[in-house]
Amino acid sequence: MESFEVTENMLDGISHLVSEQAIKGETVLLNMGPQHPSTHGVLRLLLELDGEQVINCIPDIGFLHTGIEKNMEAKTYEKAAVMTDRLDYLNTVGNNLVYCLAIEKLIDLDVPPRAQALRVILVELQRIASHLVWLGTHALDLAAMSVFLYCFRERELILDILEMVGGQRMMATCIRPGGLWRDVPPAFDETVRYFLKVFPARIKEYEDMLTKNPLFLERTKKIGILSKEDAIRWGITGPILRASGVAHDLRKVKPYSGYEQYDFEIPTHTDSDTYARYLVRMEEMRQSLRIIQQALDTCPEGAVRSNDRKYVPPPRAEIGVSMEALIHHFKLWTEGFIPPKGAVYAAVESPRGELGVYLESDGSPKPYRVHWRTPSFVNLQVLPLLAKGHLVADLVALIGTVDVVLGDVDR
Amino acid sequence: MNDMYQKVVNVLTERFDIQTSQFREEVSVVVRPAHIVDICRLLRDELGFEMLEDETAVDYWPEESPRFHIIYQIYSYQHNTRICLRVPLNGNAPSLPTIETIYPNANWHEREIWDFFGIHFEGHSDLRRILMPHDWEGYPMRKDYPLGYEEVMFSFNFDEIDGRKPYARD
Repeated sequence: MESFEVTENMLDGISHLVSEQAIKGETVLLNMGPQHPSTHGVLRLLLELDGEQVINCIPDIGFLHTGIEKNMEAKTYEKAAVMTDRLDYLNTVGNNLVYCLAIEKLIDLDVPPRAQALRVILVELQRIASHLVWLGTHALDLAAMSVFLYCFRERELILDILEMVGGQRMMATCIRPGGLWRDVPPAFDETVRYFLKVFPARIKEYEDMLTKNPLFLERTKKIGILSKEDAIRWGITGPILRASGVAHDLRKVKPYSGYEQYDFEIPTHTDSDTYARYLVRMEEMRQSLRIIQQALDTCPEGAVRSNDRKYVPPPRAEIGVSMEALIHHFKLWTEGFIPPKGAVYAAVESPRGELGVYLESDGSPKPYRVHWRTPSFVNLQVLPLLAKGHLVADLVALIGTVDVVLGDVDR
Repeated sequence: MNDMYQKVVNVLTERFDIQTSQFREEVSVVVRPAHIVDICRLLRDELGFEMLEDETAVDYWPEESPRFHIIYQIYSYQHNTRICLRVPLNGNAPSLPTIETIYPNANWHEREIWDFFGIHFEGHSDLRRILMPHDWEGYPMRKDYPLGYEEVMFSFNFDEIDGRKPYARD
């Protein structure tokens, strides 16, 4: 083979990341992405290849950077909440939840039990929807076209429920500090129950197509093994960590929003490969159904938002009859509320792992610093480790199994 | 303060010069930049804090000392405890040692802090910009860096604004 000429420009500033052979031109440098269908968005990978084997993989991120952290500093706490949906666009409700939990921790705000139960239902529905997108695209990358269509059929049912609750299919911001935007409509209960009834059979359908499919097994078994020690060292969370044999789930170890009341299991696996991660995520969907069922059965009646008028705007009906309510309404929508000085870190279990937010207040109505600890950002860091020694075709499976959302990586 | 926090604080106080504070059940330990690597090693090897959850920075401009705080969230699986370390840094172009050798995932977190705040990590293996374009000037998350906006173009000033817009030319 004619040797591949390396221009100086291509390795500018990154020559320490490739092997000696690449500098001599003995291995091939290949650019994958950012416009590549299997990179799930705009992820660019610079690959160093020996034939078809990956020697080095250098992720280049930031193509979807939107400066959300900076922008949130310029808005009041409640108005900044709409930006949180745009981070991880497959887990919008979860992003709202963690941001609201951080605010509630900062100002010590109560959340009524009904709001907590509804939050759990919405977040678990969102988790299933996110796993469905993962499953569909992961299978599509491995050339199983029809799974994608099946997954998106069921995802549509969930998006309809979210639309019913918040008026939008994806970015409704229905979770607000102190509870929910408003109560769910009367048809909510029935619709969610219908989903609970039909969905177990649908999971079975996906499994029939994949779990014992020899083509799928060959593409996923023993691909991208991540040992338990490496997973812990690299700060990996979520299904990837659990598929490496660590039963760590924030819903169990540091329960929030009343997760301690519900009976569910943390699926784990010890094979630590792509197939194990597939099995863990499939089981997670079943566990989410169990949680939704229990939350729906035990959901109490009552208010869905805190009554603390210093932080939560009064209901519309009160404004017409109470001068005080009008003043609170005006103050909260112009100046915003003022939390005490201090810094908190709140974290929830998103479909991808630990989603944390660091929130610092300087005693003004706008957050002084908001930092998102996003699971995709941290998990993507092990991709080079996973990819080393595999074929380029397997890299596609590995990007899928890490389950990155580039909006979550780049913020 | 629960037992594990108390234990960590006692061990750290014995060997290092630290201050602790508590806000809403969260314990923060303020440590000196020179001690950060030793403290992280102690936390990981002796106290069982295996995982770096998060690392970020805050800018207190126009304050000069400290101008920045670096904030580490370190988690222990065995004890189910999270501890927050804060490192104050003075001046406009501060630097501190990297903790990449202790927690490898600090690599990208520190690149992000370098990218957004211009804080230099000594001994970091790959300190490049990560989210902003590689030729970006300035550190956008600093408080003295403006938020920026898009100028509205009308027919009378179209050419003027178009002329100074940062298109990807040639």
